[in-house]
Amino acid sequence: MAAVMPAPAQSRLLMSGNEAVARAVWESGVKVAAAYPGTPATEMLEVISTYPDVYAEWSVNEKVSLEVAIGAAYAGSRSFCCMKHVGMNVASDALMTLTLTGVIGGLVIAVADDVGLSSSQNEQDSRFWGRFAHLPVLEPSDSQEAYEMTRFGYALSEKFQVPVILRMTTRINHVKSLVTVGEREAHGAAGFQKNPARWVMTPAGAGKRIPLMFDRDIALRQVADESELNRVEPGSDKRVGFIASGTAYMHVKECFPDAPVLKLGLSCPVPVEKAKALAALADQVVVVEEVEPLVENELKAAGLNVLGKDILPRSGELAPHVLKPAIAKLLGEPVPETQVAPPMQIFPRPPTMCVACPHLGVYYTLSQIKNLTISGDIGCYTLGAGHPWNALDTTISMGASMGIALGLDKGRGESDKDKRILAVIGDSTFMHMGMQGLLDIVYNKGNVTILLLDNRAVGMTGGQNNPGNGYDLHDNEAPRIDFVNLVKALGVKEERVHKVDPYQLPVLFKTIREEIKVPEVSVVITDQPCVLTKAYHKMKPYEVDEDKCTGCGNCIEVGCPAIHVTRRGKEVKASGREVDLAFVRIESSVCTGCGLCLQPCAPKAIQHYEPVSPIKLVKSAEEVA
Amino acid sequence: MSQNSNILVVGIGGQGVMTATEILAEAAIAMGHDAKKTEVAGMAQRGGVVSSHLRFGDRVLSPQITPGTADVLLGFEAAEGLRWRHMLRPNGIALMNTARLVPPVVELGLFDYPDDPIAEMKAAGTKVVAFDATSIALELGDIRLGNTVMLGAIGDHLPFSAEVLLECVLKRFRRKGDKVVEMNRKAFEAGRAAVGAAQAAVA
Repeated sequence: MAAVMPAPAQSRLLMSGNEAVARAVWESGVKVAAAYPGTPATEMLEVISTYPDVYAEWSVNEKVSLEVAIGAAYAGSRSFCCMKHVGMNVASDALMTLTLTGVIGGLVIAVADDVGLSSSQNEQDSRFWGRFAHLPVLEPSDSQEAYEMTRFGYALSEKFQVPVILRMTTRINHVKSLVTVGEREAHGAAGFQKNPARWVMTPAGAGKRIPLMFDRDIALRQVADESELNRVEPGSDKRVGFIASGTAYMHVKECFPDAPVLKLGLSCPVPVEKAKALAALADQVVVVEEVEPLVENELKAAGLNVLGKDILPRSGELAPHVLKPAIAKLLGEPVPETQVAPPMQIFPRPPTMCVACPHLGVYYTLSQIKNLTISGDIGCYTLGAGHPWNALDTTISMGASMGIALGLDKGRGESDKDKRILAVIGDSTFMHMGMQGLLDIVYNKGNVTILLLDNRAVGMTGGQNNPGNGYDLHDNEAPRIDFVNLVKALGVKEERVHKVDPYQLPVLFKTIREEIKVPEVSVVITDQPCVLTKAYHKMKPYEVDEDKCTGCGNCIEVGCPAIHVTRRGKEVKASGREVDLAFVRIESSVCTGCGLCLQPCAPKAIQHYEPVSPIKLVKSAEEVA
Repeated sequence: MSQNSNILVVGIGGQGVMTATEILAEAAIAMGHDAKKTEVAGMAQRGGVVSSHLRFGDRVLSPQITPGTADVLLGFEAAEGLRWRHMLRPNGIALMNTARLVPPVVELGLFDYPDDPIAEMKAAGTKVVAFDATSIALELGDIRLGNTVMLGAIGDHLPFSAEVLLECVLKRFRRKGDKVVEMNRKAFEAGRAAVGAAQAAVA
């Protein structure tokens, strides 16, 4: 992204949590920032990349991004790393030992939890990492706090030489609210100081660092109990006191403005003394946290009598319409009517592939081939599990399509004997965590056909650059990986590697059909850009000749959202079988002329769209004359 | 709850719902209000449902509008009004574009699209003002003016003057030159007039 002039200090700006963190990272004098895209965390690094004087990179995965940030922090620079919740699972191998070495330059790791699963494969609580890795966890409750806590995070990180986790949620990352920004502070790098006892974590070396980590725990506990980020707010309605963090704090204040509240900002280690102070102000205490009962269980273990998930949902957001009825029930009050009328049940709008998406050709083809078991991966192509294709059988984590395909092959049951095993993975996911899986398939002689869908972008998160498209985070040219050579280097035989155009259905169909019959690993690479990126070029749109359309509905099976049914009918075939007919039109204003729908159209009813212009009308009038 | 204003903007990914709400937020801030804007828009770019919440007033705490408390529902797509009408408070008003965007699951015959979503909203007791923002934009010469028409539609249903919102809309187009600014001014006024006329016809 292009650099812009940062807004002057004291500006009051409407910012998302992501934008607020980015501003704070820049103001904190961070020198190195790294990330892999992931909703809802993506924009943090994108915005950081627009600030001057910060090195920012898209790393190939979250573990590498954290390692880059660690290296910079070892060199004494302030560094930053951000990821979505599942990214931390990938990065955790580094994290769990980083906690022993600690850092010199401040290191803040922002982790975004997708509470409510708006765009993720699971809903996990990243505050666990604070407990697991003995690290402090900061939890902002709006953009202003996201900004302030990031700034505070660097001071805390350097004071205790400890990486700090900034735990965000979708309602922090993507909510826009007002932020007053400040000045940038310059921050030099001390330079890397050799110290093997500190930086080389052999068993003996690590063993010596563990007691230091425990000492740090004790010191941080005191910080949590003394910090203004954890504050007791007295209230006149003493029936219930609340302990809350993140957006849940805002919901509590919205619903129970007169209740005493302990607001947690530095929520790990849990400030037990402050919780006791809150408990003294109220008849009973409810912990409101998204999503796991971490603070609740730790307070219970400390002997405090608190409620939490006993009365609140274990998953999802604790929004006012969830919170109010739960507390009313606790107090024995009538449950307020939160909805004037129940939502009407109407059709769903599941996310679907874009008009002319190159993946449409792949999934249309897969939907036409019988006897397949298809292990899928994380990206837009996960949508292939939906209608009309229903051509994806598993999805769990980044790169998992590879290992799972091999396992499906090696673990075949009697009913799978004749099944062909495919794995579908995108370019960016392949580079993130798929390459090792492919190496494993090659090494262990798996019988798997891999479809590597190269759309030259991280599509689902908004089309970010990656090593496969030859551009870096700043849109500058970068070395471009050649997937054909890459998979050959991983050991796939040259004759088993094919690059095909996913818009050429007959070629794609023939290639996949042939490769699934070969009892060894094959890789079919499709090579057309994501339609949402600037690499995609629109072509002349199409329309349907209504006189020729026979209503066969084949084109609908492609799944392009530009195709609409104009009327339905029934036809009795010569065999006596009744078939449903669906006559169609193409929304030519959004059609980009990819031509996929033409190919299964039996009556050749799809033709280039010719807008009726006055000039043409005159001409045809002359022709008639 | 509070005296905060709650505006819910709904539609489909790619329609510009989030940008429209952001411009509304900018107008509220220009009036000196505190404001929070949030949306449920998981994979919205892929044709999914988008509902964008704007809350503004002296101090906004929760960013989310509680069902049954929205003052205004601004709908970019007809059936989405039906999906979200329960969010309106009693006597809240829905300002609905009549455009229909039919998703693939309906084209595949798996679900039905309501015959007349606006009529169904009214039958369910929702106060609705409907207009055809797409046609208005096309008449003005560019379908992309549709979003400005939508913002014009809500212009007279805010606790501040429509001119404040108009200024915030036009600010976005200043860089593109006077002609584009003028087109958007016309689009805004056309949206405003369309709602006014539709309301007058009902009254």
